[in-house]
This record gives sequence, structure tokens and C-alpha cells, in this order.
Amino acid sequence: MKRSIIILIAALATASMLAACGGGGGSSTQASDKQAAKGPITIWYSNNPNEVKWGKQVVAAWNANHPDEKVTGQEIPAGRTSEEVIGAAITAGNTPDLIYNTASVAVPQFQKQGGLVDLSTFPDGAKYIESRTGGAASQYASVDGDYYQLPWKSNPVMLFYNKAIMRKAGIDPENPPLATYDEFLATARAIVKSKAAKYAIYPSPSSEFYQSWFDFYALYAAESGGKLLVENGAATFADTAGTSVAELWRTIYAEKLAGNEPYTGDAFLDGLTGMVLAGPWAIESYGKTDWGVAPVPTSAGMKPEETYTFADSKNVGMYSSSKNQGTAWEFLKFSTSPEQDGALLETTGQMPLRADLTKAYPEYFTKHPAYKMFAEQANRTVDVPNVSNSVEVWQTFRDAWTAAVIFGEGDIAGALNDVAASIDKLVSQQ
Amino acid sequence: MSAKTSQSRGPGPGRTAAATPAPGGRRWSRLEFALGRNPAGLLLSAPYALFVAAVFVYPIGLGVWMSFHDSFFTAPGVDVPQPFVGLENYAAVLSNPAVRASFVHVAEFLVINVPLTLVFSLLLATALNNVIHWRGFLRVSYYVPYVTASVATITVWMFMFNSGGIVNQILGPLAPDPAWLVSKIWAMPSIALYVTWKQLGFFILLFLAALQNVPKELHEAAATDGASRWQAYKAVTLPAVRPATTLVVLLAIITGANLFTEPYLLTGGGGPNGASTTPVFLLYQQGIQQGKPAIASAIGVLLVIGVLIITYGSRKLTERD
Repeated sequence: MKRSIIILIAALATASMLAACGGGGGSSTQASDKQAAKGPITIWYSNNPNEVKWGKQVVAAWNANHPDEKVTGQEIPAGRTSEEVIGAAITAGNTPDLIYNTASVAVPQFQKQGGLVDLSTFPDGAKYIESRTGGAASQYASVDGDYYQLPWKSNPVMLFYNKAIMRKAGIDPENPPLATYDEFLATARAIVKSKAAKYAIYPSPSSEFYQSWFDFYALYAAESGGKLLVENGAATFADTAGTSVAELWRTIYAEKLAGNEPYTGDAFLDGLTGMVLAGPWAIESYGKTDWGVAPVPTSAGMKPEETYTFADSKNVGMYSSSKNQGTAWEFLKFSTSPEQDGALLETTGQMPLRADLTKAYPEYFTKHPAYKMFAEQANRTVDVPNVSNSVEVWQTFRDAWTAAVIFGEGDIAGALNDVAASIDKLVSQQ
Repeated sequence: MSAKTSQSRGPGPGRTAAATPAPGGRRWSRLEFALGRNPAGLLLSAPYALFVAAVFVYPIGLGVWMSFHDSFFTAPGVDVPQPFVGLENYAAVLSNPAVRASFVHVAEFLVINVPLTLVFSLLLATALNNVIHWRGFLRVSYYVPYVTASVATITVWMFMFNSGGIVNQILGPLAPDPAWLVSKIWAMPSIALYVTWKQLGFFILLFLAALQNVPKELHEAAATDGASRWQAYKAVTLPAVRPATTLVVLLAIITGANLFTEPYLLTGGGGPNGASTTPVFLLYQQGIQQGKPAIASAIGVLLVIGVLIITYGSRKLTERD
């Protein structure tokens, strides 16, 4: 009997493995036919309450005029991260037609999986993207020069500060000195020394690959005048700009001006820290806190209108499981039209990746002056580079950063050189 | 086909058995040999066999296959070559210092966690077996952490073990700096302690069930022979709960080797500075986050081999007379 069961299990396992190995060869519709196909589509959007509100609104607005091309919207299914959910859905072949929460860092991997539609292959694809986003669009193109994502919205990272804490630390809350590294350090020391807050700033010290976007990368973008982490197939940060940013953060951690333990709450909201690096999405959650905002500091100080930062964008991807790509492309253009971008700005406070944002929506920024600085900053942002092994590149960087900066091991220049060499190798692999 | 015909073809795989006399002196036919004495049993066991094949045999087989190929997950219909690469993935894994370190970390975890689990669960089960008042309450108390979501209990431990937490307040000047969960030395022992506490209730239940099956007569006989309580415990109780001891050690090793949630949440992604990474954590990083399932599979296969060796050794040790 035991032997019979083993035979049965082996037969089933072999059959199922053969079935799996043999998959993938089926007939496929021609790309051009798919691109012309019209019909109902499904979209996923973020579970952020304001984005859900916008998502429902845009779907309703479209469906009112397109009864034969009905759009069904739903929140992205829950998972550890959206990228993991999307990656699994690509493999399973059950992605929706469009996802309004596609992170740039995951695009090279999704593209490699064959999960994304090349938007440049639509007759007006590249033209539409470039006319909407302007010159900044080029950094969202893949290595082959085509667009596999539509740059949708950004959350330019800036330096929020708590005015009450600044006041308590004896610093002018309306104009705190935060432009240069020396000023920033002096302000940080004053906050901690006066016990106005336990820490001056508290970026997450944990080891997830994306954490360096909110400590190193925003400041590096400013210090380097808008350089990406990797340009022309080589890491850029093992230079004076990268070293000075890393030295600044190492000083911050060494002097315990920032916490090195993961914190489960919102350190800024809880009054544990006087400053935080965040995008405009955070404004709503800081409702009752009396906050101000400044551009990220640079070593010598820079005019706000010249300062770059990290974009923290979320984009739209069209997924290869889409059967009605014609409708998906039309809906994508509809949902990123001037009218819908205005609705997105109004509903979420996040910045559509559209050239000359302040000129496009003057009334909104008159009514909401707090957001105007972010809109102006949105013209000078860098995003994560679109390179091979993107997530591994950032994880490699984060691991080196944790050792050299957060825990102060070894010399910074050496660590940056070593990690730059590793990253060069990673981006050269397909 | 008769047994005689089979025999006439001479010996070979499957044929020697055909000559085996069935109970009652009858000889096995080939059909009987393939389907067993009760073919209906095969039918009844088929659903479970199917389940095991789908959720265990197939994934393991596919994992092993992937570890020898340059494979990655693609969308259905995407035809990408996934060539055989021999031991290349294993070479990449073994030459990666982070992977080697993760195996050291999990060994460190097991060295702390397994003995603590064994000793505390046996002691507490013995105590609970003898307690008269509040028995139900105490049993539930030990079991509650096991059934509580890790995310909730981990948050509590983070507050307890951070630099300003209650543990450091009690320790005062003896508190480590950096604090427990961000100390390269203390991160892994802290995780081991947390996991011991979290899972203790389950292992106590296993021992408690075993202790309640120890015949009272044996203890009475030991007492009659003049054995002290410790001697009776050593000579009667411990041998009687040996199967449970083996089970507890095996389960503690297997669950410990698969450590993931704690380094992911308690130490902020295998921190500090990679001091609490584990093979399963790296497997997640490489396979899910970084899109390198072939490398992740190689880590997984090595982990399975390692766990099999350790559990075999521990079984020999705990079952030894």
C-alpha cells in the first residue's frame, strides 16, 4: 500500500511538473490587435483613502460616457508591499489592465518578467508622455529608451520642521537656519540639547532597500545638482557630493541627533523628533502639528529654486495581461488629462508629474499656499534610476549605508567606493 | 498475466516481488502488487496524496529544478530561455558572505532557542501538571502568546527592549549600548528569547499531554523502592516523556531554521547591519523582492539539507538510551 501511494504521488508530481514546464507556448494575439481592442477593463489604485476617493471619481466620470468600455476600479490587494503583490500577479497572469501605484524601482523587474506593455508602441505613446511631463520624462524611460510606465505623480521630499519644538529650542520657528550642513547641525544640536525633542530628525534606520531614498538620496540629489544614483551605467555617488552627504548623516548618528532604533509610530507626529524628510502626502496627517517646510540642506547652501530632491513618484503601468489595451490607453490618457490631474491635486495634495504645475493650477496654489513650495520643488526632482537589478542595487547601497553611516564602521569614502563597484557590476548584468 | 509467466522471465525490478507469496499462501499478481491488497484504499487515500503532491512534492521538486537553472518568474505566455546552469547558483550562494553569515546567525539562534525551549517547556509543564489551583488559568496564560499575532507581540517587545524601554530601565547602568535590538551582539539572542517565549505555550502542551500519560503505578513503585522525588523524576518521568522530547526538539529546530518574521519586523529587516539575517529572510529578499528565485531556491535547498542533517542528529541524540 505504501509503495502504491508513493507511485501515485510521484505520478501526480511528475505530471504537474511536466504541465508547468510545458506551459507558456500558447497562441498570442498580435500586439497591434491588442492595442486596438476596446472593451471593459480593470484598474487597481492605492488604498490611501484620498487616492481611493480620486479613483472612484475618475472611474465614475469615464463610465458615464463609455457604457461599452466599462472600467472597474479596486484597491490594490493587501500584501507586504504593492510591488510584491504586482510581481505575484504578473506571474499568475491576473494583473489588471492598469495599476496606478507602480513604483519606478520595480519597473525593470516587471519589464523583465514580461509583465508590462511598452507604452511607446502606441502611435501617440511617447509623444503623450513627453508632452505631459516635459524633460523630466526621460528618467522614466527604460534602458531600451521606451516607456513601460507613465510618470504619474510625485511627492518631492522636503524638510518638515515642528515650529513648537523649534521655539522651545530657542530657534526662530518662522525662519530656522537649515540651508547649510553647518546650520542644519547647529539647529539639530540645539533641539536635542534643549530637550525640546529627544531627536532632531528620525529617518527610519531599518534595512529595507527603499529607506535610503528618505535619508541619503534626497540630500544627494540636492548636493549633486540633480544626479541619479546611477548614470550611463555607472554609480555616481562615490564623489565629493556623496561623501559629504554620508559624513553629515554619520555625524548625526554619532551625536545621537537621530535615533538608530526602528520606531513603530510616526516620530514627527509623536513629538519624538523636531524634523522629518517627507513629501506633501504627509501634510494631511500632520494636521494639528504647527509645521513649516524648507528645502533639503546642502553643504554650502543653495537657493530653493536651484535645489533638487528625490521625487518619490508613483506611476501607471499597463500590464501585459490586458486584453483591451485600446480602452486601457484611452482611459490612461483620460485619467492623466489636465482636468483629472487637477482633481488628483485637489483630492490628494500629491503633485501630478506635469510640466509647469504651478502655472497649470494657479487657483489651487493660491488657495493652498502650503503646497506651493512642493509644486515648485516638483520641477527639480530625481527618481530612482531605471536600471537592471534595481531593487538589489538599492539593497546593496542600504547595507553599506547601514554599516558605514548608521553604525559608523570603517571609512566613508572606502565604503562608497566599494558599494559603487558592486552596483556597477549589478547594473551591467541583464 | 500469471505469476508463472512473470517468473519465467527471470529476476528483475518488480519481478522478485511477484513471486512473494501473499498471506494465505497465494502468490501476488502484478496488478495486486501495483495497487496493493485493497485497491479501494488507494482511492480513499488519493485526495490526501493529491494534496501532498500539490502543496509539498511539486513545490519542492520545482524548487530543486529552479536551483539548477537560470530561472525567474515570468508572465504566462512569455517564452524566456531558462538554461541549465549546473551548480552555478549554489556557487553564487556559497560565495556570498551575507548568505554564509545568515546560516551562522540561525545556528546561533538554534543554540540558544532549542535548549531554552526544551528546558522551560519541560519544567513549566511539570509544574503545571502538579499545580492544583488556577490550573486552567495558568495553562491559558502560557498559551496566549502562541496564538497572538506576531505583529502585535513584536511591537510590545520593541517597546520593552528599546533604549528607553522597561528592560533597560530595570538594568540601569548595566543596560547595553547600543540597545538590545540594534546591538550586533544582542540582536540574535533577543530574537531567540522572544521566539522561546512566543512558542513556549505550544511546547508546554506537548509535554503536558505526555506527562499525563505517565502511569502513576511507576511513580508509586519508585516511591516504594525508596527513590527520592528527583530520582523518580529522572528514572520514571524523563524516559516516559522521551517521545515528546524528541518531538519538541525536532519542531523547535524546524521552526527555528525557518525564522523569518522576527528578523523582518523585530530587528527592522535583519538589522543591525545584517546581524540578524537568516536564510529564509535572504530567500525572501532574493526571491521575492529582487526577482532572483533561482538563487533563492539554492538557499532553500541548502537549508532543507542542513535541517535534515541537524534533525537526524538530534533524533539520534534524544532517542539514545
